[in-house]
Amino acid sequence: MSTGFVIMLTGVLVASACALLGCFLVLRRMAMMSDAISHSILPGLVGGYFIAQGPNLLVGFLGAAVAGLITITLVEVLKNTGRVGGESAIGIVFPAMFALGTFLVSKYFANVHLDTDAILYGSIEFASFDRLFIGDYDLGPQALWIMGSLCGINLLFVGLFYKELKLATFDAGLAATLGFSPILLHYALMAVVSITTVGAFTAVGAILVVALMIVPAATAYLLTNRLPVMIALAVGFGALAAISGYWLAILLDGSVAGAIATMTGVWFGLVLLFSPTQGLVAKFRRTGQQRTQFAADTLLVHLMQHENTAIAATESQVAHLSSELRWTPPFAETVIGLALRDHLVERQADRLALTSHGRGRAEAALEHHG
Amino acid sequence: MDTFWELFTDYTLRNVALGSALLGIVSGVLGCFAVLRRQGLLGDALSHAALPGIAVAYLLTGSKAPLVLLFGAGVAGWIGTLLIGRIVRDTRISEDSALGIVLSTFFGFGILLLTYISKQNDANQAGLDKYLFGQAATLVASNVITMAILGGVALLVVGILYKEFKLLTFDPAFAASLGFNPHRLGILLTTLIVVAVVIGLQTVGVVLMAAMLVGPAVAARQWTHSLRLMIGLAAFFGAAAGVSGAIISVSDANLPTGPMIILSLTTIVIASLLFAPARGIVWDWGRRRRQRTLALNSAGPGSGLMLPATDPRPSVKKGDEQ
Repeated sequence: MSTGFVIMLTGVLVASACALLGCFLVLRRMAMMSDAISHSILPGLVGGYFIAQGPNLLVGFLGAAVAGLITITLVEVLKNTGRVGGESAIGIVFPAMFALGTFLVSKYFANVHLDTDAILYGSIEFASFDRLFIGDYDLGPQALWIMGSLCGINLLFVGLFYKELKLATFDAGLAATLGFSPILLHYALMAVVSITTVGAFTAVGAILVVALMIVPAATAYLLTNRLPVMIALAVGFGALAAISGYWLAILLDGSVAGAIATMTGVWFGLVLLFSPTQGLVAKFRRTGQQRTQFAADTLLVHLMQHENTAIAATESQVAHLSSELRWTPPFAETVIGLALRDHLVERQADRLALTSHGRGRAEAALEHHG
Repeated sequence: MDTFWELFTDYTLRNVALGSALLGIVSGVLGCFAVLRRQGLLGDALSHAALPGIAVAYLLTGSKAPLVLLFGAGVAGWIGTLLIGRIVRDTRISEDSALGIVLSTFFGFGILLLTYISKQNDANQAGLDKYLFGQAATLVASNVITMAILGGVALLVVGILYKEFKLLTFDPAFAASLGFNPHRLGILLTTLIVVAVVIGLQTVGVVLMAAMLVGPAVAARQWTHSLRLMIGLAAFFGAAAGVSGAIISVSDANLPTGPMIILSLTTIVIASLLFAPARGIVWDWGRRRRQRTLALNSAGPGSGLMLPATDPRPSVKKGDEQ
C-alpha cells in the first residue's frame, strides 16, 4: 500500500467511526462533549506514560480513556449540583484537565518528548510508518488496525442499541417509562465516544476528532429527516472530507489533519447554502416568493377596494401604485408582472383593472388574512 | 513572600502578572454575561476560530507585530460569531453543534495555514504558533499596554451599556418590547467577548481561554444574587487567578503560566462551589441530613408514622444519589 493510500484509508476509517457516533451527539445536543473529551485526555496520557515508565500504547490508551470517563462524570456531577449550566460545566472541566496535563508534562517530563502540538493536530502523515508487529511479523500500519477496530466497535454499538439510542435521543421520557435507562445509555454512548476520541486522536489529533464527529453529522442533518439516512450521509461526508482533505494537504503541502477539518467545513458550507429544504438559498428564495405573492394579494385587494369609486381612476394608475403601497419601482414591476402572468389583472392604458379571476383572489385573500 | 515583592521590582514578572490580571478582569466581567446567557462555550469556539485570522494576517502583511496578528484574530473570531448566529437562526442545528462546527473547521483551517506558512522556506514565521498555547512569559510592556487599551475599551462599553446588557441577559423579550434590538445587542456583546479572547490568546492561549470566561463568572455567581456584585467578584477572581498563576509559574522555572492560571482559577471555582454561603454544596449536605433526621424523629415509633425503609421522597433521595 502506498503512503498516500494508507493516509486516506486511515482518514476514511476515522471519519466513519466518528460520524457513526457524531449523529447522536448532534441530535442530543451534546456536540461540545467531544471537544471536552478530546482536550481532557492529556492528563490520562501523561498518567499512562508515568505508570508504564515510557511510551506504551495500551497503557496510554487506558489512561486516556479513564481521563475521558472522569471528564464525563465531572461534567455530569457539576450539572447535577444545579449551580452550573451544562455548557459552563464543560467550560470549567476540560480546560482544568488540559491545564493539569500541561502542568504534569512540564513539571515531570520536561525532558521527554511529549509533544502538545501533536496532541492538537496529530500525525496522520506518518500513518504508514508506524507499524503493528506480532513477534517479527509485520501486520501493517498500526493506525489502520486501531481505527478499523474502532469502526467495528462503533458499528456494533450503534447496531445493537440502535432502537434504544433512537428512543432515548428523540424521547428520553418515553425511553425511561419503557424501562430503558437514559442515564445508562448516556454513559455508554459517552464511553464509546471517549474510546473513539482516544483512538482517533493518536492518529489525527484532537481537533480533527471534533471536526469529524460534529461537522459531517450536522451536514447530513441539513439534508434528511430520517436517522438511518442521516447516519449514512454523515459517514459519506466524513469520507469525502478525508479524501478531499488529503489532496488539499498535498496541494498546499500543509497538515493533513488541518486540511481534512477544513474540508468538512467546506462541504458543510456548500450544503448549508444549497440544501433543498434547509439551505439558505432555498430559504431566501422561499421568503422572496412569499413576499411577492403577498404583495400581489395586496395589489388585488387595493384595486378591489377602489373599484367603482370616484378615485378609482387615480388609484389604479401603475405609476401611483408604487408610491401608494411604498414599493420600489423594480419590486412593483415584479409584482405587477406576476399578477399579469396569472391573469389576475389586465393592463388598460396606464391603469390596471381586476379580472374576474383576480377579484375572486382578492376576496379570498381578504377572508384569509382578514 | 520574596516572589510577592518581585511583583513590583522584577520587570518580567510585573508584565506577566499585570497582563494576566488584565485578562482576568476583562474576561471575568464579560464572562458573567456569557455564562448567564448560557453561552459559556462561546469563548472556547471564538478562541479557536481566531487562529486562521492570525495566519491570514501574517500571509497578507508579512508582519509578526502582535497588533497586526491580533487584529486578524479578532476579525476571524468575529466572522465565526456571525456564522454561529446564522447557523443557529436559519437552520435546525442547535447552538452546541454550531459552536463545534465553527470551532473545529476554523481551527483546522488555521492549522493548515500555519503548516503551509512554515513550509514556505521562511524562517520568519516561527512564533506564530505561540498563540496556540499562549506565552505569558514573553509579554513585554508594549503588549501589556495594548491589552490594557483593548480591555479598557471593552469595559467602558460594558459600563455605558450596562442596563441594556442586563436587560438582554435576563429578559430579551422585554428588551425587544422597549425598542432595543436584542439581536444587535447580542452581537455587540459577543464582539466584546472576541476582544477578551484576543487579549487571552497571548497569555493563556486558545485551549484554556474557555475557562477564563466561564470560571470567574461561575465562582462569582456562588456568592451573590446581584449582577453588579457578581461582575465585581468575577473581575476580582479573574485577576487573583491571573496574578497567583503568574507568581507560581515564575517561582518554578519549569511551569508554564497559562496552565497555572487555569489551575488557580479552578481552585477558586471548586472552593466557591463547595463553600460559598447559601449556595455552597457542602451546606446542602448538612441541610439534607438535618431534614432527614428531623423527619425521622417526628415520624418515630410513637407517632405511628414510620417511613418506609427506602425513602421515596425525591428531595431526600436526590441528595443521596449525588
